[in-house]
Amino acid sequence: MSIQTPNGFTLDTSGTRIVVDPVTRIEGHLRCEVNLDEHNVIRNAVSSGTMWRALEVILKGRDPRDAWAFTERICGVCTGTHALTSVRAVEDALGIQIPENANSIRNIMQLTLQSHDHLVHFYHLHALDWVDVVSALNADPKATSTLAQSISAWPQSSPGWFRDVQNRLKRFVESGQLGPFMNGYWGNPAYKLPPEANLMAVAHYLEALDFQREIVKIHTVYGGKNPHPNWLVGGVPCAINVDGTGAVGAINMERLNLVSSIIDRTIDFIDQVYIPDLLAIASFYKDWTFGGGLSSRSVMSYGDIPERANDDSAANQLLPRGAIINGNLNEVHEVNLRDPEQIQEFVAHSWYSYKDENKGLHPWDGVTEPNFVLGPNTKGTRTNIQEIDEGAKYSWIKAPRWRGHAMEVGPLARWVIGYAQGTPEFKEPVEKVLTDLNLPVEALFSTLGRTAARGLEASWAVHKLRYFQDKLVANIKAGDSATANITKWDPDTWPREARGVGTTEAPRGALGHWIVIENGRIENYQAVVPTTWNGSPRDPAGNIGAFEAALMNTPVAVADQPLEILRTLHSFDPCLACSTHVMSPDGQELTRVKVR
Amino acid sequence: MPKPNLNVLILGIGNVLWADEGFGVRVVEALAAGYRFGPRVRLLDGGTQGIYLVDQVRWADVLVVFDAVDYGLPPGTLKRVEGAEVPKFMGAKKMSLHQTGFQEVLALADLLGEFPEHLLLIGVQPVELDDFGGSLRPEVKACIAPAITLARDYLAGFGVHCPPGSDPDGGGHAQLRDLPDPALALDVYESGRPSAASAYRHGDPRVLAAAGAC
Repeated sequence: MSIQTPNGFTLDTSGTRIVVDPVTRIEGHLRCEVNLDEHNVIRNAVSSGTMWRALEVILKGRDPRDAWAFTERICGVCTGTHALTSVRAVEDALGIQIPENANSIRNIMQLTLQSHDHLVHFYHLHALDWVDVVSALNADPKATSTLAQSISAWPQSSPGWFRDVQNRLKRFVESGQLGPFMNGYWGNPAYKLPPEANLMAVAHYLEALDFQREIVKIHTVYGGKNPHPNWLVGGVPCAINVDGTGAVGAINMERLNLVSSIIDRTIDFIDQVYIPDLLAIASFYKDWTFGGGLSSRSVMSYGDIPERANDDSAANQLLPRGAIINGNLNEVHEVNLRDPEQIQEFVAHSWYSYKDENKGLHPWDGVTEPNFVLGPNTKGTRTNIQEIDEGAKYSWIKAPRWRGHAMEVGPLARWVIGYAQGTPEFKEPVEKVLTDLNLPVEALFSTLGRTAARGLEASWAVHKLRYFQDKLVANIKAGDSATANITKWDPDTWPREARGVGTTEAPRGALGHWIVIENGRIENYQAVVPTTWNGSPRDPAGNIGAFEAALMNTPVAVADQPLEILRTLHSFDPCLACSTHVMSPDGQELTRVKVR
Repeated sequence: MPKPNLNVLILGIGNVLWADEGFGVRVVEALAAGYRFGPRVRLLDGGTQGIYLVDQVRWADVLVVFDAVDYGLPPGTLKRVEGAEVPKFMGAKKMSLHQTGFQEVLALADLLGEFPEHLLLIGVQPVELDDFGGSLRPEVKACIAPAITLARDYLAGFGVHCPPGSDPDGGGHAQLRDLPDPALALDVYESGRPSAASAYRHGDPRVLAAAGAC
């Protein structure tokens, strides 16, 4: 039986059902079911968040000035971006203006996260979907060196270096503790890299692992500590004292210089290792054009990285704000997070209840009332589901929509919007990659396009990091050392009721926190996170979400080795810890793949 | 013979927002509040971090990890595991988000050729995990003090002594402490919790069933 979705996909559930649960190498718990036709092509896709988070209820009644510390704990990856979103929501509610230095430092924190997260995602969460680790053991180190030197001036590229990496890998694999390389589908025909490219990528996997620790030191300088940096409603919690003789922990010239040197080294690493690797790997997968999903139709970004403090206009955001719908790149729509008609969350297919489930609710009016019921076509039991019934409720993720449209968010969405707006700093790098790889613009709308956009954004972010660090130093040298505005710190200065919204562009996409404050306490708190958008289930009209759309029409080489499914899902950098609301059933089995 | 200049990392992992999942972090918090440490001892609230912790683990010669672990023992039981056994326990039966994570953290440190020479896991068998916004159950909270004793005895074996008291603020010590924000401190966290009537607390029935709750 086939069904046409309003957003342009033909679903057919007649073929073989495959269940992947949990999807590994992501944060949190995601289950995915697809139907394959007789040619092993995906004709129906179902994405289910199997985790309940309950952030909203944890925050109720708390002090709004502390909300960031709680939201920082939702996720093991994007601690800072939740914290920043939270302080912005509170500042918006209370009308608090922040100093310029605070804006620069927040941008530096956010851009550091973007650079770090994208790098770690590419090498440590996603590369193994393209790179066959076991094949790297068969590579010729000398040929690997020749390959590496042909694509980059990065100095660590001698035959001896690659031989050393290969020996290390061999010892590791032979010791039987595959660790991060466990559960790989090594040898699957969907891997296309020659052994030398595989070895080069594994070597850079290790180098990136070693290097990434440098980048996060920036968070320690400005956030006081890491992995859970400090944040502050009204600014940033670090004092500036360039003479360096004052308060312990204050930002002095030595620390500013340390950050500066880390930025320079990160620029080198991203531009000389990450980007050349990305292009080299992509060149072997040019005909793997799947996974575009919603990206060519409906994408959205809230915008971020404000050039100046206290200006929320779209024009002030260096990462673009806007929405593209129905594939019309000639029109970028304004996005207003306060308009009750624009962003709404639906629960017709989510394990929550609303009074009227045909309608969506704006996050300020959001309700998080769990309702775990299964549809009549479910196979299995409540505690052991064999097969989900997507005709009914089937996910702990709500279905957010923008004016009724399912949207993709994330690096590809941001870059498509920047490209559509004709902004040179987005358009030119995209065109260069397409030219270098000899690909048409349509190639952008794919899994590989998503992965490429993330790489371009890492480079963009680290150069912007340089810009804001220089701007901060210049402002300090001009005599401005203010980092916080605490005139409205005291709750006695607040209105009895206030509501606000804070947003960021997290590495994986548009993030919004909506807060309602009453009598100095949090009355309602709703977070709509990037993976809520991308991993959303169907809505009452039947529109499928971005993960589901991206899996459609992808051929799978080996039915019980869902490499292509993982490749596409990983390209979104899913982070289920915060998008859904549990703990998984304890996972004695690391991954279960069932073919039915 | 005690070795000089050992780097000691005392690491608590878990999520303080999820009842007994917060055990590891709470032990580190209690250690920091009640004991004094030498200049080479780092106390770290690792939260549910993954890759960030690789560097911390690489730095350590001696690593003590506190965590909630499913040993299949009666709830509230404390158990210590040493050396090569540790990764097995952290991966065998994963209870929460971070544990595959930490097993992988250890493997990645090993792959980079820097693995702590001495490794101790002090884990508690949790009573309750599915209580969002909740705190430690009494049985688990009662394990904090004995867990601290186990760790101090272990460290004393290396000549690293942690007497009762507290280190002065500032100086080199501040850089060796990474603890939860005061808004998340145990008493503040517990007293500020919304009532059960206003906030739903439980999760997916499949999980509750797996935990034997329904």
